Amino acid sequence: MALVEIERVDMRYGGAGGTLAVSGLDMKVERGAFAAVVGPSGCGKSTLMKLVTGLHIPQAGNVSVAGRQVTEPVSIVGMAFQNPTMLPWRTTLDNILLPLEIVEKHRHRLRKHKKDYVAKAEALLETVGLKGFGDKYPWQLSGGMQQRANLCRALIHEPELLMLDEPFGALDAFTREELWCVIRDLHAASDVTIILVTHDLREAVFLADQIFVMSARPGRILAEHHVPFARPRELSVMYEPAFNEMVQGLRSEIAEARVAA
Amino acid sequence: MSAMVENSAVAGTPPRPAFRMPWLRLAPWLYTLGLFALWELGVRLSGISHTILPAPTVVFGAIVQYWSPIWKNSLQTLYTTTLGFGIAVVAGLALGLFVGWSRSIYAGLYPLMVGFNAIPKVALVPILVIWFGIGTVPAVLTAFLISFFPIVVNVATGLATIEPETEDVLRALGAKKLDIMLKVGIPRSMPYFFGSLKVAITLAFVGSVVSETVASNNGLGNMMASAQSQFNVPLVFAGLLMLAIEGIAMYALMAWVEKRMTGWAHRSTMSQ
Ligand SMILES: Nc1ncnc2c1ncn2[C@@H]1O[C@H](COP(=O)(O)OP(=O)(O)OP(=O)(O)O)[C@@H](O)[C@H]1O
Ligand SMILES: [Mg+2]
Repeated sequence: MALVEIERVDMRYGGAGGTLAVSGLDMKVERGAFAAVVGPSGCGKSTLMKLVTGLHIPQAGNVSVAGRQVTEPVSIVGMAFQNPTMLPWRTTLDNILLPLEIVEKHRHRLRKHKKDYVAKAEALLETVGLKGFGDKYPWQLSGGMQQRANLCRALIHEPELLMLDEPFGALDAFTREELWCVIRDLHAASDVTIILVTHDLREAVFLADQIFVMSARPGRILAEHHVPFARPRELSVMYEPAFNEMVQGLRSEIAEARVAA
Repeated sequence: MSAMVENSAVAGTPPRPAFRMPWLRLAPWLYTLGLFALWELGVRLSGISHTILPAPTVVFGAIVQYWSPIWKNSLQTLYTTTLGFGIAVVAGLALGLFVGWSRSIYAGLYPLMVGFNAIPKVALVPILVIWFGIGTVPAVLTAFLISFFPIVVNVATGLATIEPETEDVLRALGAKKLDIMLKVGIPRSMPYFFGSLKVAITLAFVGSVVSETVASNNGLGNMMASAQSQFNVPLVFAGLLMLAIEGIAMYALMAWVEKRMTGWAHRSTMSQ
């Protein structure tokens, strides 16, 4: 049984006359997989993420995670939101520890094992290149640094399912590639399932095993592609002709989806 | 010899910057002095009688002359004001948290509170006198009633305007309403709360003095009212001056507390 199953889901914002964001959405992601979702802007990708997390409940259709229908937020899911949403009154480190104060499994252990958790948060900060920034406030970090901290916060409680909504949007090309490798290694080292929303098609092809292409709003899945490149992948895979062919293919599909709207 | 010393000093260390007057820090004092000077000058030149507009020197003279009652009544007013204000802070914070808890409570209670706030509080003093007699109690209660509204509204607004994105971050982790309030709502409404204290303390003085003026045998309000009935205009102005000083001091204290407690909300000034 797939970890994430979405069946014929319709989601409309703001009551009966509101915006139909996704319609007839169908997708399945297996446990341990790395899926990417691409599509035109405003097609309902963030909505899809919120449906899986349980932040929105669809008007029609069925969303289930780990075999259970999603009717409220699911705590085995970690999500990095599209906009960095650090709390300005907490230091970066305290922001990263925030999920531990909420998630049932950890909140009772936090006080006793504070040291271990802090060490873990600092290790995470180091992997994303933010070593020593733990005691800075979010507004003392650049936009890209905040996004990286955001990523740490999604990872701290070791979720089984990691939802990343354009987590690398405000980063420069070099940092971005560095973080691709961080995510790649994380996925390889654990059995976490990852769903990544991105505008960057090279990012999708480099990281994912499975790529879903969405139509313009109301969003639905137009096509599902399997990425054939063997793991572990090095950054050099991006210079292979087959890689570029796949990126080009995706690009023209999305271009068509935009025109069709 | 002295020339040599001078030369080596110039060569060795960078020239010490000349002493600069901290004009910005001094400005409030200079402007206040200027105001008093203008006032004094205006009164002297126009020859207005001291029973209409006393010059500052006369007012200060009255402060010295009546120091003992002025001091006693100033303390009394400060006491009723801060007590009423203190109750307003506690009650306002509690009611604000309650009102801001849910959007429906907010929607239901907001118009009621606006209506209540529209009632001039001086109109309530007679009722308070009927209930509690004259003196300290109605003054404290008037200060409380007049100053607690801005606190409630600010706290409730801070809670009711949490960005949905921030709420989502916590909700996605399975946070309950109480978690969201504790982790986001309350810290987020603190700048609103501390900001409202500056408004509230000023209003509290209005409340206590109004009540003392009509229904008390104590306090600056009462002192000024009786000075007025004896045509002791310099003493009336002395009372005004004391009120202004107490008001400024409490306002500055609140501003300082605000800055201390919610430094993160003043990010631009802090990051320097
Ligand atoms: N809270 C909301 N209320 C009303 N409409 C919304 C809301 N959130 C999203 N929408 C609408 O739903 C549609 C899909 O939005 P969504 O944020 O899922 O798009 P997206 O694919 O993530 O876009 P982008 O790539 O630009 O982030 C949009 O047309 C948007 O106008
Ligand atoms: Mg989006």
